[in-house]
Amino acid sequence: MSKVLLQVEDLHTFFFTRKGVVKAVDGISFHVDEGETFGLVGESACGKTVTALSIIRLLPEPAGKVVEGKIILDGVNLLELDKNEMRRYRGSEISMILQDPMTSLNPVYTVGNQIAEAVRLHQGLRDEKVNEEVISALRLLQIPSPEVILGDYPFQLSGGMRQRVVGAIAMSCHPRLLIADEPTTALDATIQAQYMALFKDVQAKTNVSIIFITHDFGIVSSMCHRVAVMYAGKILETATTREIFKTPKHPYTSALMQSVPHLDQKGGRLYSIEGQPPSLLNLPAGCRFASRCPVVKPVCREEEPPEVQVSKGHFVSCWKVK
Amino acid sequence: MADVLLEGRDLTKHYPVTKGLLQRTVGWVRAVDGISFTIERGKTLSLVGESGAGKTTTAKAVLLQEKPTSGTIFFEGKDLNHFSPSQLKTEYRPRLGSVQQNPWSSMNPRMKVRDIVGEPLVVNTKQKKQQIRNRVAELLEEVGLNPDHAENYPHEFSGGQRQRIAVARAMALNPSLVVLDEPVSALDVSIRAQIMNLLKDLQEQYNLSYLVIAHNLATVRYMSHTVAIMYLGQIVEYGEAEELFENTLHPYTKALISASMLTLPEDEEKGAKQIILTGEMPSPINPPAGCRFHTRCGEAKPECSQTVPPLRDVGGGHKVACNKI
Repeated sequence: MSKVLLQVEDLHTFFFTRKGVVKAVDGISFHVDEGETFGLVGESACGKTVTALSIIRLLPEPAGKVVEGKIILDGVNLLELDKNEMRRYRGSEISMILQDPMTSLNPVYTVGNQIAEAVRLHQGLRDEKVNEEVISALRLLQIPSPEVILGDYPFQLSGGMRQRVVGAIAMSCHPRLLIADEPTTALDATIQAQYMALFKDVQAKTNVSIIFITHDFGIVSSMCHRVAVMYAGKILETATTREIFKTPKHPYTSALMQSVPHLDQKGGRLYSIEGQPPSLLNLPAGCRFASRCPVVKPVCREEEPPEVQVSKGHFVSCWKVK
Repeated sequence: MADVLLEGRDLTKHYPVTKGLLQRTVGWVRAVDGISFTIERGKTLSLVGESGAGKTTTAKAVLLQEKPTSGTIFFEGKDLNHFSPSQLKTEYRPRLGSVQQNPWSSMNPRMKVRDIVGEPLVVNTKQKKQQIRNRVAELLEEVGLNPDHAENYPHEFSGGQRQRIAVARAMALNPSLVVLDEPVSALDVSIRAQIMNLLKDLQEQYNLSYLVIAHNLATVRYMSHTVAIMYLGQIVEYGEAEELFENTLHPYTKALISASMLTLPEDEEKGAKQIILTGEMPSPINPPAGCRFHTRCGEAKPECSQTVPPLRDVGGGHKVACNKI
């Protein structure tokens, strides 16, 4: 049994806006083991990114706030740390990769400078030592001839290379938890495949735990050990990747899988989930998926389904499942 | 004989690379380099490839947004080069519709849906206000929206709904060909299927032809009748969708398919391996000699860096450009 690194318990993150309270994350719990890749899957606005920002405590304040819950990283509740203590955690314990490398890198600094900034700030190294660390970070991400790339500006690199540089910044301080928020969405298909293979390699070398945020089940199947499916601020199903593909229990999970065309699919009509996700400002009573669910029952519209365990490590929140 | 609506023959688009105060031309970006394709009436042709492959440039040439450097486009058998500007305006452009990738940037946020969808009618026809109003209501209903939505602004809609509005606008003039540039890639997974089904229904109902640009092969297989795989401005494999997916010949197509395949954990244990290409697409300013793919090809032979493979027919209209075949 591997050790639990991160434990999120009953997390509620709300945004207080003029229009009312947006319940972006509304009571979710999960854990991530050491050296594990945990997938967070869902459509836009289901609360994946807000979950990530809550963990690394970079929510846009004061609008966004964690109102309840615990985020425990190796025995320490991150929500109880003060600002300075949290700063020390960022980078060295937890780091994050964002979706679009063009916007997450600074266009007027060289790549080497941007990695060095992280190394200097979080590891307190100087001069020669910094350079060594920067080059070893670039090597880890398999960037060819790192000594040359160091002096390049982001615009001189291709999309795939830029995203590797972002990865190098994230890994430069040897974090134990890496949050990757749709890191491959902006990349081309063949480059995407390269990047994912690279990440498996980085994980094998460093034993880093990864939270992989994505909307693509294809990426989940090749990257993640376990997955949680989110919808409108809730986790509807958690299971190992193998299990979720073999026996998805929640109607939303199976609908989502069916609505993605497979390569071996020939013509015909695609299964589609009618309607739209509910507004997070004004959530319906009962199950959040009820209005779009093909197997909805009266009870679904009245009471929220509890989370039940269907087999070891496989949890579902649905009235249909007992 | 197939009913060909549009044919592109040896299309080429080179953009100059300029340098210095005098903007001397020092090289050419070979965005599209001699490609030929046909679109049949009521059928879909998909152009597939990574960014920089020349898909969008090809679509722009068809939409007359870019003038090709050389090559010809035939529309219903007639050479577009022989059309006068006014003929193009009255006889060609109104027969085309276009849907762009991002429904957040393809619509003017200050215009009401009624004006967005009705604009092609105002520009191209002499219809009265009331007629346009009726046609817009009809179009909105056709794409699954409520006609009352005509009075709303784009920001009031979700991504899927906006893309429906874009489809309604493209359909306004009853076009024969609609160019769809990545029509679903900006949408959420559960919404994509809705839009793809809608597009298929419209195609059947109106015998529409589609030119689809996409990078997701699964989407392409679902939507298309014919597929052209592009790499660095050239078509490397071309054929009926079924044939191309069942009997894939070009190493690049194989890698693309492998990259978009769902690999389940079980497959991996059984030893199924993804093909992972090394390196990235070279620059189109200075494409590699010989086969343009040889720098990344896992099956490249020494001759590939010298001999340019022609696009050869291997039977049944399935064409492939590879020295191995």
